[in-house]
Amino acid sequence: MAKVTIDGVMIEVPDGTTILQAARMIGERNKADRHVVPPAMCYYTSLKTSGGYCRTCIVKVTKGSDKDPRPMPKPVASCRTAVMDGMEVANTTDPGLVDARNGVVEMLLINHPLDCPICDQAGECHLQDLSYENGKEASRYEFERRTFDPIDIGDTIKLHMTRCILCYRCVKVGEQLTDGRVHGVINRGDVAEISTYIQNAIENDFSGNMIDVCPVGALTDRTFRFASRVWFTKPVNAHRNCGNPRCNGHVVLWLKGNEVLRVTGRKDMWGEVESFICNTCRFDKKDLAAWTVEGPRQIDRHSVINQGHYNLERKQALLTSPAPNVPELAKRKELKDR
Amino acid sequence: MSARTRPITTTEGTKPFSFSEAGLAECKALMARYPEGRSKSALIPILHVAQAENDGWLSVNAMDAVAQVMGLRHIEVYEVASFYSMFNLHPVGTYVLDVCRTTPCMLRGSDDLITHLEKKLGIHAGETTKDGMFTLKGVECLGSCGTAPMLQCGAQFHEDLTIEKADALIDQLRARNSRTNYTDR
Amino acid sequence: MGRKLLFEHIDKPGIRGLEGYRANGGYRSVEKALKTLSPEAVLEEVKKSGLRGRGGAGFPTGMKWSFLAKPEGVPRYLVVNADESEPGTFKDRYLMERIPHILIEGMITSSFALGAKVSYIYIRGEYFYVARIMEQAIAEARAAGWLGKNILGSGFDHDIHVQVGAGAYICGEETALLESLEGKRGNPRIKPPFPAVKGLYDCPTVVNNVETIAAVVPIVNDGGEEYAKIGIGKSTGTKLISAGGNIKRPGVYEIDLGVTCDEFINSDEYCGGVDGRAFKAVVPGGSSVPIVPYELFLKTPAGENRLMTYESLSEGGFAQGTMMGSGGFYAYNDAQCIVRSTWNHTRFYHHESCGQCSPCREGTGWMEKVLHRLEHGEGRTEDIDLLWDIQRKIEGNTICPLGDAAAWPVASAIRHFRDEFEYHVTHREKVKDPKHFAREPFRKSAKFATA
Ligand SMILES: Cc1cc2nc3c(=O)[nH]c(=O)nc-3n(C[C@H](O)[C@H](O)[C@H](O)COP(=O)(O)O)c2cc1C
Ligand code: SF4
Ligand code: SF4
Ligand code: FES
Ligand code: FES
Repeated sequence: MAKVTIDGVMIEVPDGTTILQAARMIGERNKADRHVVPPAMCYYTSLKTSGGYCRTCIVKVTKGSDKDPRPMPKPVASCRTAVMDGMEVANTTDPGLVDARNGVVEMLLINHPLDCPICDQAGECHLQDLSYENGKEASRYEFERRTFDPIDIGDTIKLHMTRCILCYRCVKVGEQLTDGRVHGVINRGDVAEISTYIQNAIENDFSGNMIDVCPVGALTDRTFRFASRVWFTKPVNAHRNCGNPRCNGHVVLWLKGNEVLRVTGRKDMWGEVESFICNTCRFDKKDLAAWTVEGPRQIDRHSVINQGHYNLERKQALLTSPAPNVPELAKRKELKDR
Repeated sequence: MSARTRPITTTEGTKPFSFSEAGLAECKALMARYPEGRSKSALIPILHVAQAENDGWLSVNAMDAVAQVMGLRHIEVYEVASFYSMFNLHPVGTYVLDVCRTTPCMLRGSDDLITHLEKKLGIHAGETTKDGMFTLKGVECLGSCGTAPMLQCGAQFHEDLTIEKADALIDQLRARNSRTNYTDR
Repeated sequence: MGRKLLFEHIDKPGIRGLEGYRANGGYRSVEKALKTLSPEAVLEEVKKSGLRGRGGAGFPTGMKWSFLAKPEGVPRYLVVNADESEPGTFKDRYLMERIPHILIEGMITSSFALGAKVSYIYIRGEYFYVARIMEQAIAEARAAGWLGKNILGSGFDHDIHVQVGAGAYICGEETALLESLEGKRGNPRIKPPFPAVKGLYDCPTVVNNVETIAAVVPIVNDGGEEYAKIGIGKSTGTKLISAGGNIKRPGVYEIDLGVTCDEFINSDEYCGGVDGRAFKAVVPGGSSVPIVPYELFLKTPAGENRLMTYESLSEGGFAQGTMMGSGGFYAYNDAQCIVRSTWNHTRFYHHESCGQCSPCREGTGWMEKVLHRLEHGEGRTEDIDLLWDIQRKIEGNTICPLGDAAAWPVASAIRHFRDEFEYHVTHREKVKDPKHFAREPFRKSAKFATA
């Protein structure tokens, strides 16, 4: 066991636990201590070798351990750094670190499109949350943003590469959950993109989980009917007897009246699904009768949806400068969807 | 440059590809060099072989053939081919002129050399002449900074270049008119 | 004139072939190590020599070797880093092209010390012809029994393979190199684990630069203590410096660590001074190290003569020092524009970023765009502070040191040549002419407020 202190809050955790996991344990223990938990855009507990890429989870190790108390010279990725006994960590209490993290968030946003108003993910986007908490008032980036045309990869998934933050989570899903990855990252540097290269369909029993792990609106569900702002839908927990041995059929149904608009996995308070679901449950069972509803879903996530401070104008100002022409974007979206 | 522009991601209009017998033998030999189960290590060397046998660039057909020979998924090959700047994902000319544009070369006049070549060939860096003879590629430091400015064509380094020397080289290549690959022995 | 250890025989006829190399005392270190020394004893000599990695970071080689994990039944590897893509560096190419056998000899002796049965040379793809030279030399060595099973009857087996890259600076970073060697994209790994524990094919691996491994030959031949007699303090032995830029005599020089910077840049034995104008600035260790004004290259902030050593070059810290790096030395005359050069440096890092982590992927491109704007007469005063802020946000926050390497040239250029950046804002029309300083040498003291 190792004792670690994050922003002054102590916890004892098994050896080998990462700083991020330890912070989440503190947050689960006491809601008031959630501020010790670093944001994580690329790490995903159930995906092996995930994490390390986005750098939003960086923390300052102010004391290495009891044995070697020297601080670490640079910020470290909390999702990939194991705790040591006696380690002391600053997440929000070190101004230098907060500044560095704001820098990372700014970088993630400079090439991000200005299309929150028309993005399916709006309201449940981790990048939106992150920019709300760590962003600057206005972007200092004045150059043309990188854009890609959206493409359909198969009948169920749409890729808006423009929104992708290259977290690699979907690639790990392809590698670890499906029986053969057909998509990946091509090119390098800031023109790297998620691609199937040739327009391959991603046809696989578990491919739909990519949508759930995507922290932004880059991978979306093409079967999401009447794509609707998530805050106009009602999420309920439900299950069915799924024949697939790797799927337990435990899902969230997003309802409008009695209509199932969308099916997703159940996400925990850190935004990660509790278990991956199969494509049949996700894409093919859009009839409420196919499901046993358990009851309304508490959204516990640290999110703009449930914190009641979701405000499009404010968000827009945060993400963009100058503010885009929202009606114009909405019109473009309508045209595209036709 | 290839890593900068979006690659050709369709098989439409491109030639079918299969390895020559010698090429296939080389692939097999390359794969056998690595420890058991690690033959994927041969991917980059094999892509060089494929590129040389496909007129200096990697079409989807060529990459798919590599995937088949090596027993890899297609995406694994695309991912790697598109990462490295020596792999051309668009057709190239008979001669690819890799002109170094990095700072130490710049200090010794590479800007002037590139401008001159662009004017002489009537193309920008990254483009191919209409007659398909030359592709001009701006590349990063080729480890020849002491003999700058320089360009590489095939395996050959042309160093200590002047405008006159570059002109002479172009004329000479044009007269010879046969493809050079850096893999040529 | 210092002693030559690597280049002693470089001009001898036939030195490129095995016969010529042998005739000049080649492969003695293999004989000595395999016949008379234990692997531990070879490691001990390397430790005593004080040899530091010649690839850039300058990490003590003996210490690196002693970190190599040695679990039972798991192979260990030596991988030689011949990716040589650091702008300004061309010493490894020069060495491999001219005396390929010194590298092979060093690899056999080093592998014996490390207990590696197989080693790889990872050569950048653009050096295809060098890879062919190395392959041929390896075939010669194998035919003569220097490689293969039971070398010299010692029971030690060893073989060497040459692997080519395909154009990616990042593959010089040791974990990206290992990924590339495994046939993948050259994405640096997230550390820990370090290669010494989990390297090539998840096995313990040592990655060393070509020159580092070549230096093992004289160390084993003459003894580590003898090697350590050359140099000053913790900078022992000789170092290959690739000299370029606006000097009279570009080329690769083997120097004793500790010659003064003044002697190196101005004496006819080495660079031979400036090519007709006046020196303005120096990058002494490859594009990733801070650029320093000529005066600060010659003298430390304390006013002492600066020496070509790891310590002396970095004296003054980041604010007033620089680094030895890979020894990719290039000097600027006063016709050169620092803003243009900084833009070019940044263009390079933008082009070479692997794209895995956000500060480097996005930040390098952003800096390039701002610098492009400044250099082409479209900049604003705030751009200078913006650049400073962007580089600060990249540095230290990335997976691998490429992020730092992209930040330092920008930071140092602004720190030392802020007036040139300001000039670009105040003289937008003038700087639109790409040869702006070629006609009008830029003097730091000059006043540009008028005009
Ligand atoms: C971006 C980057 C590029 C590098 N390029 C090279 C290179 O081209 N050659 C090299 O020997 N080392 C290079 N290095 C350093 C290697 O990571 C590693 O430190 C070195 O090969 C170790 O060998 P040494 O201890 O003998 O110096 C590079 C490092 C970084 C971060
Ligand atoms: S598409 Fe989504 S999940 Fe995939 S890398 Fe991009 S942001 Fe991550
Ligand atoms: S710092 Fe740059 S090169 Fe290094 S891992 Fe990150 S993106 Fe890749
Ligand atoms: S969550 Fe740790 S680096 Fe992305
Ligand atoms: S900068 Fe052109 S060869 Fe090094």
